[in-house]
Amino acid sequence: MTPAPTPISSQRPAAAKVTPAAWLKKNLFSNWYNSLISVVLLWLIGSTLYSTVVWAFTQARWAVIPDNLKLYMTGLFPVDQLWRVWLLLGIICLLAGMTWGILARNLPKLYDNKTLFWAGAIALLIVLIPTALPNRLLLLGYELLIVAMAWVGRLLAQSRPRMGQWISVAWAVASLIGLWLLVGGLGLPAVSTGKWGGLLLTLFMALVSIVISFPVAIGLALSRQSKLPVVRGLAVGLIEIMRGTPLTVWLFIGDVMLPIFLPNTLNLDRVLRAMVILILFCATYTAETIRGGLQAIPRGQPEAASALGLNTPLTLGLIVLPQAIKISIPALVGVFIQMIQETSLVAILGLFELLGMSRSILSNPAYVGRYAEVYFFIGLIYWVLCYVMSIGSRRLEKALNTEH
Amino acid sequence: MTDPGTPGTTKPPIWRDDRFWKIVFQLLAVAVVVTVLSIALTNMTRNLAIQGRNFNFAFLSQVSGFNIGESIIPFDRSKSYLYAFFVGFINTLRLILIAIPLATVFGVFAGIVSFSDNWLLRKLSLLYVEVMRNIPILLVLFIWYFVIFFGVTGSEDLTQVSPFLLLSKKGIWIPWPAATAASFASAAVLGVGAIAAFFLSRWRTKIMAEQGASGKNQLYVLLGLGIAGLLIFFFGLGWQFPGGEDSNNVTGGLKASLEYSAMLMALAAHTGAFIAEVVRAGIQSVSKGQWEASRAAGLSQMQTMQLVVLPQALRVIVPSLNSQYITLNKNSSLALAIGYPEIFSVSQTTLNQAGRAVEILLLLTLTFLLLNLVTSFVMNRINAMVQFSER
Repeated sequence: MTPAPTPISSQRPAAAKVTPAAWLKKNLFSNWYNSLISVVLLWLIGSTLYSTVVWAFTQARWAVIPDNLKLYMTGLFPVDQLWRVWLLLGIICLLAGMTWGILARNLPKLYDNKTLFWAGAIALLIVLIPTALPNRLLLLGYELLIVAMAWVGRLLAQSRPRMGQWISVAWAVASLIGLWLLVGGLGLPAVSTGKWGGLLLTLFMALVSIVISFPVAIGLALSRQSKLPVVRGLAVGLIEIMRGTPLTVWLFIGDVMLPIFLPNTLNLDRVLRAMVILILFCATYTAETIRGGLQAIPRGQPEAASALGLNTPLTLGLIVLPQAIKISIPALVGVFIQMIQETSLVAILGLFELLGMSRSILSNPAYVGRYAEVYFFIGLIYWVLCYVMSIGSRRLEKALNTEH
Repeated sequence: MTDPGTPGTTKPPIWRDDRFWKIVFQLLAVAVVVTVLSIALTNMTRNLAIQGRNFNFAFLSQVSGFNIGESIIPFDRSKSYLYAFFVGFINTLRLILIAIPLATVFGVFAGIVSFSDNWLLRKLSLLYVEVMRNIPILLVLFIWYFVIFFGVTGSEDLTQVSPFLLLSKKGIWIPWPAATAASFASAAVLGVGAIAAFFLSRWRTKIMAEQGASGKNQLYVLLGLGIAGLLIFFFGLGWQFPGGEDSNNVTGGLKASLEYSAMLMALAAHTGAFIAEVVRAGIQSVSKGQWEASRAAGLSQMQTMQLVVLPQALRVIVPSLNSQYITLNKNSSLALAIGYPEIFSVSQTTLNQAGRAVEILLLLTLTFLLLNLVTSFVMNRINAMVQFSER
């Protein structure tokens, strides 16, 4: 009889204890030039931080932020109709929580320490927002709603595996309701697009352009990969001309020339004209992203499909596109981040999205010269939005990676 | 009973034929495009006729009647629109020809530094990239222009930031060589020396590789050339430092307007962050075995980077650089927002004065397409140079 093998410990090896001094030596002062670099950088960082803090507490006049918080967020949206925006935000929070829960249905623990830490940090941030108390309470409520709905969504998804499909339908319905809430009509007083502004307009333009452009982009990407020379030529021409010229030029073309190209009966206002251009622009970028996904599909897939007797539309719809889109989802989040930043260019046209709104606030004589405060604030908004989404896309990439 | 094996007896119906559908589909695509275009063009001709302006480029020879804030070739309001476009184009070139090398320097530096063994340097590079990638370039531009440049000048007429930098609301002055015969001669010597050093080092590598020569003598000559070059650079060019009492009487140095400098810094800082990511990805694409092998062969960290890793990383880096440069070209049109008179701003002024939207925007589109084609052409040549010549 062979002796039983000694059981191998499944624990990780004990982490080497790193004393602060050893860490400093290894990471900052490993040799003479690293020490020099570290000292110079420490001095630079220290003096920059010091002067920034001194500026922030003595010279900066932060009043320009809380006084105009409503303008930054929603622009000139009528105050008595603001409940519609709040309601929309509530619906989004509800669905976002559900989605989170459904995506996390296989994780061992929904609220790990990291999540709890960030939830706490966000709650603290909300309490610190310089706005009326009811608004802060409402925002806290929304955060609670997200966290609670995540739990509900996880329970539902564990008992009903098909929940994932229903949530997509719910998002589609919610976007229609959201559009109705913002535009008005059907019993609600109408709010013209000229009254939209701030972060609301930024996000609306970015979201709408990416959603509407998506089917166009799929068509363009497929055409560009097509074996039919005429179709391919047209797609390549459109994509390359669109991508070869700055978006600013296109926005002006839209602003000045769309009224010339369209029949006189069709009058688009400035926001809509900018959005037509943003949609076209976004479609070409999304098309290139999806093309990347299409190229990643092994040739064997369409070949196997046609060997099984599927015709071209079925092969594309059932075999190629689902895989290609799944591969490109992280990159599509990248396109969305890019669109949030690109919408800032409509400020040049004189529209009041986040950057345009800040320019118009800065032209108010009461806040003359308060550039640093305002740009710091909206820079922070852009940064948080885009950074959170880029982290999300990295997570998504890991979650969607089903390769072995 | 029909025999399915003999062709011709049972011809499949035409709608079962793949070739038929391919032709129909393409004809359909052409028909849709032609219809959309013809509707748009009909509307355009009708709308332009209502405004009384037919499509033609004759307006280009008319007198412009506006001034251009800054240009390196003389311009006044009596010159034609076409000449104004040309001046704007020169200003665009002046911007992107400096911005591209500057952005590359920022990006390559930040990208290589992200592999440094200094923790602070790595984190700073990460901070730079993550901040720049996540805020819009227009905001970066406004921060440079309104916050940094106008913030530093404040209410004073002239601010001496350092002996090398003078700042006022009218512009920025940096040290510049004097325009004397001696400095031109020094510059020529520097150029010839650089070319000589390049060929010498190539020859040295060749004889070291082919004949096993030590290359020591050539190294001494190269070192001598380098020291002589540095001496000439610092003392032979006759550097002049800017100085003066008020912004109208500044002597010495090279002046750049605040608009130009803000555009340059915004383009370089923003594109630099994206190039840093490209460089980082390129270096990461070189397999770890290459690092380990060259370390085992006795190369130092610097030599490994320079001789083994970078040449391989370049194959990945250069194609992506092309698209970054094209983005930079396109972003140069943001200058309109702060009033630097590049081609898009000039077009905007022309548009306000002469109308003629269709013609001007067509001209503008063609200009940018041309710029991007030239950039792509140059980058493709460079790409062909860095690709491996495999057997």
